[in-house]
Amino acid sequence: MYLTQYLLLAAVLFCIGVYGVLTRRNGVLVLMSIELILNAVNINMVAFGTYNADVGGQVFALFIIAVAAAEVGVGLAIVLLIYRNRRSIDVSDASLMRG
Amino acid sequence: MSIFAAAAAETFQPSDWLFENVWIVPAIMAASFLYILFFGKTFPGKDRVHYVGLAAITVALGFSLATAFMWVTQYEDNQSHGSEASSAFVGEGIVSTVEADEKEESSGASGQGCLAEDNRVGSLQAAGEDEYALGTGLLTDSGELAVEAGEDGKGEGHIKAKSVVRCLEWFSTGSFGGDTAQGSDNLTFNIGTIADGQSIMMLVVVTFISFLVHLYSTEYVKGDRRYVHYYAFLSLFTASMLFMVLSSSTLQLIVGWELVGVCSFGLIGHWWEEKPNSDAALKAFLTNRVGDIGLLVGMIVLFFGAGQTFDIETINYLAVHDGLSQTTMTVAALCLMTAVMSKSGQFILHTWLPDAMAGPTPVSALIHAATMVVAGVYMIGRLYPVFWFGLTIPGSSLNALAFVGALTVVGGGALAFVQNDVKKVLAYSTVSQLGYMVLALGVGAWTAGMFHLFTHAFFKACLFLGAGALSHACHHSFDMKAEMGGLRKRMPVTFATFMVGTLALVGVFPFAGFWSKDEILVGTGGFPSTNANGNYTLLLIMGLIGAAMTAGYMTRVIWLVFFGEYRGHVDPHDPPAVMKYPLIALAGLSVITGFLNFPSDWFGGLGTRYGLKFEQWVEPGGGSTFPVIGHGDSNLALAVIASLVGIGSAAFVWNYYQKLYAKDPNATEVTDGLRSRNKAAAGGYALLENKYYLDHLYEGAIADGTKGPLARAAYWFNQNVLDEIVNTAGRTSTVLGRFIYRFIDQGAIDGSVNLSGRGASESGGLLRKVQSGRIRQYASLMFGAATVLAAVFIVAI
Amino acid sequence: MLASVSLFAQATGNSWDLPANIAFGIISVIAIGAALRMVTTNNVVHSALYLLIVLASVAAVYILLGAEFAAATQVLVYIGAILVLLLFGVMLTRARLGGDEDLNYEQRWIGLGVSVLLFVVMTYSIWEQYGTKDEARLVGYEPQRTAEVADSIFSTYIVPFEAVSVLLLAALIGAVVVARRD
Repeated sequence: MYLTQYLLLAAVLFCIGVYGVLTRRNGVLVLMSIELILNAVNINMVAFGTYNADVGGQVFALFIIAVAAAEVGVGLAIVLLIYRNRRSIDVSDASLMRG
Repeated sequence: MSIFAAAAAETFQPSDWLFENVWIVPAIMAASFLYILFFGKTFPGKDRVHYVGLAAITVALGFSLATAFMWVTQYEDNQSHGSEASSAFVGEGIVSTVEADEKEESSGASGQGCLAEDNRVGSLQAAGEDEYALGTGLLTDSGELAVEAGEDGKGEGHIKAKSVVRCLEWFSTGSFGGDTAQGSDNLTFNIGTIADGQSIMMLVVVTFISFLVHLYSTEYVKGDRRYVHYYAFLSLFTASMLFMVLSSSTLQLIVGWELVGVCSFGLIGHWWEEKPNSDAALKAFLTNRVGDIGLLVGMIVLFFGAGQTFDIETINYLAVHDGLSQTTMTVAALCLMTAVMSKSGQFILHTWLPDAMAGPTPVSALIHAATMVVAGVYMIGRLYPVFWFGLTIPGSSLNALAFVGALTVVGGGALAFVQNDVKKVLAYSTVSQLGYMVLALGVGAWTAGMFHLFTHAFFKACLFLGAGALSHACHHSFDMKAEMGGLRKRMPVTFATFMVGTLALVGVFPFAGFWSKDEILVGTGGFPSTNANGNYTLLLIMGLIGAAMTAGYMTRVIWLVFFGEYRGHVDPHDPPAVMKYPLIALAGLSVITGFLNFPSDWFGGLGTRYGLKFEQWVEPGGGSTFPVIGHGDSNLALAVIASLVGIGSAAFVWNYYQKLYAKDPNATEVTDGLRSRNKAAAGGYALLENKYYLDHLYEGAIADGTKGPLARAAYWFNQNVLDEIVNTAGRTSTVLGRFIYRFIDQGAIDGSVNLSGRGASESGGLLRKVQSGRIRQYASLMFGAATVLAAVFIVAI
Repeated sequence: MLASVSLFAQATGNSWDLPANIAFGIISVIAIGAALRMVTTNNVVHSALYLLIVLASVAAVYILLGAEFAAATQVLVYIGAILVLLLFGVMLTRARLGGDEDLNYEQRWIGLGVSVLLFVVMTYSIWEQYGTKDEARLVGYEPQRTAEVADSIFSTYIVPFEAVSVLLLAALIGAVVVARRD
C-alpha cells in the first residue's frame, strides 16, 4: 500500500465535489458537494496521520467533522431563509449582493 | 512546595485568609449580575432591582475595606517588629507567598505552581544566570531582597510586604516547543488572584466608587426603560473590573480587559435608540479593538519571552533578573502601550472617550472617569519591570511612554477649552489627567502615577456626579451655554461639591490633586535637586502647561455653570438625598485623600511619622518582582511655581468672563474677540473645535481613503495579473474572458475617468463590477484562481 | 483513474499487502462512482442517498488506515446527523421527489473545466512528491487507538478543542437566529 493511492482517491473526490459546487443549482445539493470536499480533505488528514504515525491527523479529521456539522447547520439555515424569502433555492437567483 | 505550605501553616495570620480569598469580591458581584440577569425581570417590582446590586456592592465594599485595613495593619506591624529583628522576621515569612492549591499538591504537579521558585530558577539557569543565588527558597530569598532594597533605596529600612498569590489550575496543554520555564512538555495555565498594595488599592477604589454610583443611580435612572439591564451591567462591570485588577496571569488580565470593554460598550449604548449613542458605543468598541491587537501581541511576546508562561509575577521576576532580553521587553512594552493608548484614552486613540459620554452620567463617572479608563495605567503598573527595562526609563532622556503621556496632558487639556457640554469638558479633562498618570509611570515615578490614579478617581467621580446633578436639574441637558449659568444660589450643595472637586483637580493646596500632581512634577526630575529617576525637563514644562490648562478650563466651567445669569427654562434645585450624599462623600475624600502621601519633609515631625504612607503601603518592594526605583525629593519651590501657574491661568480666565459679564450679563463668549480679528487664533480654534481633525483622519482619510486605492489596486490586478494568467490557463479562460470583457467595456470608461482624478468614490464604483452577486461566478473564480496559484507554486518550487 | 490503474499495476509487482489493496480498490471504485452519480443525478433525494454511499466508503477508508475512532465518528456524525439534516433540508425546501431536469446549471463545462484543471494540478503534484517511491509505502502501521486519540485531544490539542466547541455553540445560536421566523 502506498500513501499515494489515498491521496489520489482524495483528489478525485475533491474534484468531483468542486464540480458539484460549480454546477448544481439547488442550494442543498451545493451543501452536499461541500461535504464531499470536506471528506476528501479528511481522507488526506487521516492518511498522513497514519503515514507519520501521529494521532494528530485523526484528531484534526475529527475537528473537521465537527466544523462540517456547524457548517451544515448554518448553511441549511441560510438556504431555508433564502427559500422562505424567495420561494426558490436556486443559488443562481441569489444575486442580491450585486454591488 | 510542601515547605511553603508548612511555613504558611506555622505563621498563620487572620489577615492571610482575607488576602487569599479576595476572589470573593468579584465573585459577589458576578453572582449579583447573574441574579439580576435571570431574576431581575421577575423581581418583586422590578423598579426595586437595585436592592440586589446595592446589597452585593455593600458586601463587596466591606470586604475590600477589611482587606485594605488588614494590609495596612500588617505593614505597620511589620515596621515595629521588623526594626527590632528584621532577619528573624524574614525567616518567619511575612505572609505565605505561594499557596499551592491542594488539588495541585495531591496531583503531584508541585513544579507548576503559579510562581514556584524552581521554575524561575530553572529558566534563569537556562538563560545562563548561574551567578544568581539559586539554592534559596523564594521566601527567604525575596524577603531578604525586599529588605535590601529598602535599605539601599533611602535608608529607611521599610519592609515591604510580599504579594499574596493564590492560583488554581485553569487548564493545561502541550507546550509550543522550545524551552519552557515550567521545564516540561505540558504547560499549566493558572487562574488566580494577586493581593498586594496595588491591587488592594484598586479594590477599594472600584468598590467604593461603584457603591456610590449604585446609590446615586437609584435616583438618576429611576423609571428608565432598561432599569434592570442597567443594574445588571453595573454589577457585571464591577465584577469584571475586579477580576482584571486581581488577575495573577496576563491571560486572565486580557479576559478582564475585554469584559470591561463589553460592559463599557453596553453602557455607552444604554439609550441605543438614538443614533449618536449607538454610534458612540460602536466607536468606543472599535477604537479599543485597535489597542487590543497591541495587547494580544504584547502578551504573546511576553508569553514566549518568559518561557511560555502567562504568570505576571514570573514575568516581572524574569524582567528584573535579566531573564528577558532587552528586545523582547522593548517590543512587548511598545505593543502594550498601544493597548494603554486606546483603553486609557492616550493621545491619538483618545477620540472614543469624549463620545463615550453618551452613556448615563453615573456610568461616565464609574467607567469613563474613575475605573475602567485607568485599566491601562494599572496594567503598566502591574507589568512595570517590563516597561521600566524595556523602555530603559532610568537611563533615557525621553521615552515613548512619557512622551505619549505628556502629549495627552497638553492635547487633551487644550480640547477641553472649546467644549460647550459640561460632560465633554470633564471627559477631555479625564484624558488630560490620564496623560499625567502615564507621564508619571513613563518617567519612573510609579507611586506618583498610582497615587494620581487614586486621588483622581475620587475628585473626577465627584465632578461627574456633580455634572449629573446639574443635568438632572436642568432638563437633562449638559449644555453650559444654553441651559446653565448662575446656579450657585439655586444649587448650593452641588456648587460646593463641584467646587471642591474642581479645586482638587486644579491642584490647589491642600486638596488631593495638589499632592499627586506635585509628585508627578517632582518625578519628572526636570526641576533642580529633585533626585528623581530621570531628568525630563521638557516633560516637566509640558506638565506645567497642562496644570495651567486644567485651571483655565475648569474656571471656564465654573463660571459658565455657576456664575452669571441663569439661561435655562426650568427651575433648577439641588438633587434629592441619595444623589446628594455620594457627592458630599466624594467631595470629602477629594479633600483628605491627598494627605495619604504628603512628602516626608513637610510639616516637620508629622512628615517623617505620617508622610508617604501611600508609597509605603502600595509600592511593592524593589528587587524581586519590581525594579528598585528611586523617589524624587519634594521641592517647595516647584510646588509654589505649579500653584502660581494654575492660579494665574484661572485668574486670567476669570477676568475674561468678568469683563464679558460687565458688558452683557447673558453673554457666554466674546463675539468680536480675538478669533474674529486674528486669523491664527481662528485657525487654532477651528483646529480644536474639530478635535485636531483626528476623526476626519480616521473616517475620511483612512477608512474612505483605503477604498479608492484598494479599488484601483484590485482593478490593476484584474487587468494585468489575472488577465494574463487566465489567458494561458486553458479552459477557464473563457469564463474570465467574459469577465474581462465587461471590465474593458465598462471599466475602461470608469478607469479613464478615474485617472483624470474624480477621486475615491468613482474608483469604489469599479470594485462594484467585480461584485456581480452571482455565487457561481464567485465560486468558479475562487477555485480557478486557487488552482492557477497552486500550479504556479508547483512550477516555481 | 488511469494514474491509479498504473499505480495498481506497479504495486502488484512488488511485495504488497494484497487484501488491503483489494479492499481499497473496491472501496475507491464505489466511492468515486457514487460521488459521480451524486453530482450528476437529476433527483435530489437520490443525490442524498449517493452521498450516503460516499460517506460510508470514506468511513471504510478510515478503517483501512487504522483510524477507528474517526470511522465511528464519520458514521455517527455524518451519516447519522448531517445526512439526516440535509434530507430535512431537501424536504423543507419542497424539492420535487421525482426527476428534475432543471437541477444543473446549463453551463456545466465551466465547472468541468475548473475541476479537471484542479485534478491535473493535484495529481501531478502528488505523483511528483510521492508516486511509487519507497518512502511513500504504508507498511506495518499500527491502528491508532481511541485512547491515544482521547489523550491527544485533551492534552496537546486542548486549545483547538475548546475553540471548536465555542464554534459549535456559535453555529448553533447562529443557525437558530438565521432560520427562525420573526
